[in-house]
Amino acid sequence: MGDQQTERANGPATFDAAKLADLARTLRRDVLEMTTEAGSGHPSSSFSIVEIMATLYFGGILQYDPKKPHWPERDRFILSKGHAAPILYAILAEAGYFPKEELMTLRKYGSPLEGHPNMRRLPGVEASTGSLGQGLSIGLGQALAARSAERLYNVYVITGDGELEEGQIWEAAMAAANLKAGNLTVIVDNNKFQQTTAVSNLTDPSLYPEKWRAFGWKTVEINGHDLNEVHQALTEATNYNDGPFAIIAHTIKGKGLHFMEIDYTWHGKAVPKDKLAAALEEIG
Amino acid sequence: MNLGAAVGLKMGKPTRDAFGEALRALGAEHPELFVVDGDVHNSTRTEWFAEDHPERFFNVGIAESNLVSVASGLAAAGKTVVAASFAAFLMCNAYDQIRMGIAFPHLNVKLVGSHAGISIGEDGPSQMGIEDVALACALPGMTVIVPSDEFQTRAAMRALMSLDGPSYLRVGRPGVPIIYDDQVSFEIGKAITVRQGTDITFIANGLMVAAALEAAEELSKENIDARVLDMPTVKPIDEEAIVAASRETGAIVVAEEHLHHGGLGSVVAMVLARTEPCRTRFVDLKDTFATSGSEDELLEHFGLTGQDIVNAARELVSR
Ligand SMILES: Cc1ncc(C[n+]2csc(CCOP(=O)(O)OP(=O)(O)O)c2C)c(N)n1
Ligand SMILES: [Mg+2]
Repeated sequence: MGDQQTERANGPATFDAAKLADLARTLRRDVLEMTTEAGSGHPSSSFSIVEIMATLYFGGILQYDPKKPHWPERDRFILSKGHAAPILYAILAEAGYFPKEELMTLRKYGSPLEGHPNMRRLPGVEASTGSLGQGLSIGLGQALAARSAERLYNVYVITGDGELEEGQIWEAAMAAANLKAGNLTVIVDNNKFQQTTAVSNLTDPSLYPEKWRAFGWKTVEINGHDLNEVHQALTEATNYNDGPFAIIAHTIKGKGLHFMEIDYTWHGKAVPKDKLAAALEEIG
Repeated sequence: MNLGAAVGLKMGKPTRDAFGEALRALGAEHPELFVVDGDVHNSTRTEWFAEDHPERFFNVGIAESNLVSVASGLAAAGKTVVAASFAAFLMCNAYDQIRMGIAFPHLNVKLVGSHAGISIGEDGPSQMGIEDVALACALPGMTVIVPSDEFQTRAAMRALMSLDGPSYLRVGRPGVPIIYDDQVSFEIGKAITVRQGTDITFIANGLMVAAALEAAEELSKENIDARVLDMPTVKPIDEEAIVAASRETGAIVVAEEHLHHGGLGSVVAMVLARTEPCRTRFVDLKDTFATSGSEDELLEHFGLTGQDIVNAARELVSR
């Protein structure tokens, strides 16, 4: 669907790694500040997908228009691992779906920035997630709906690596290949940890690429923090139309803060107020 | 959170903590007890059992339907099984597995759903089990228990150990006020009169028992004498206590941290309709999902405070 990129509605059409690296820093700061203000949330699960999200929205991949969030032919992005909502919100604010100040209302009563994404309360959110395992099937449905649209749009879904333990993921994987969903891409955030343990204690994540291939998906492996690799893979996925495309992104849970990177028990925990300044400084 | 403070109740532990402590202790007494969890054992507190009995604990991954059917298999092979996850994921994600693998064959699996209700707060509606009691009650042969404090939770877990059949225990995330003490016993299917009264009866469970006690205190200032029944067992329900309440007080308010349809209120209403109808009101989550927010804000906004029970009572009695 690369030929349709000309009708871009929003977002820079060209990829600039240096600019995106700056943006990634800003996004990590946003995530930190909003979760610390909220006193809870999932910064470490957000940090592993910052470069991927930044490239999707600001690296010329997704076609979207924040002024027309319901534009029928927009590309769809679904955060299946909904607990990483803070990075989605930071991205949507940066894109202009709502004012950046609202980020500080995360998880507060009355705010549409709920603990997990709610598609009925926040423009730009394409699926209500938070119960793991469902986003890829929803994405498949949206991808199939595109076949009867005026113009084919693309659907991108991010799942966790622990999330792949949900059987429904593999039901979707089988169906998407069978239905030749060429406009569907999954990005697996292979950050090696889940809530209580390393993914490798429950399943061998090094076999994930083989598994996606066996299910009929064109599959590549990348360093999910290398903006050039991320951009190249997303471009390839977008241009590949013969069937669904899987990107296994090797990432680091908590990427950007050394104490989170080495300690998975930061899962679901905000940085306390008294450690915020030092953490922001580390991110730069 | 100062639920219960107005009536001098001290804040206690979360019921999930009490469940985890009881499970650890029961693990030492019952070598046939196995526990299955799905990557949330640090939240459900089954990790305390896992620490002591790693050989009888299985983390099957983020895979609730698998979790439940594995529990079914263990039980079919003669083990006593506790299957735990968040109430929302356990009951909603794995409902067919519960139906086919546990309820239908009437196996000895104790389903335990944590993070029930809106009192989990900031994580928001996707993580809140607010339909779990209805789902559990709908299945034939299920025993369904919603304890109100830490002591009752521990006692209920012990009582469930001597039950041979499918059951559901609902526990919550935040601390809740202490209603009982360590001498409390638990009889499945029996209501507990936590306050005597003759003008109206509040039937409540979970954290709404503390709210009901607050409401009773408030109404006593107007010389309205409210009975408070703690109804931890939703199924099988204590019909006798409900009929007596209807006869003796003539008005009932049911209060629960659950959706309107299918929970304690529905069960009580059916008993009343069949036996001794009286004027009845319901304090519950009505027919809506909640939002994110602090526990106190959510309880207030979604109508689960002592004052909400007072308001409902005023529609039924006045002095
Ligand atoms: C169906 C379901 N089960 C359990 C949970 C609780 N939970 C939230 S995050 C999480 C771990 C997710 O791990 P992973 O997919 O690797 O995502 P990461 O946080 O590492 O990005 C779990 C078990 C959930 N949200 N949904
Ligand atoms: Mg992970």
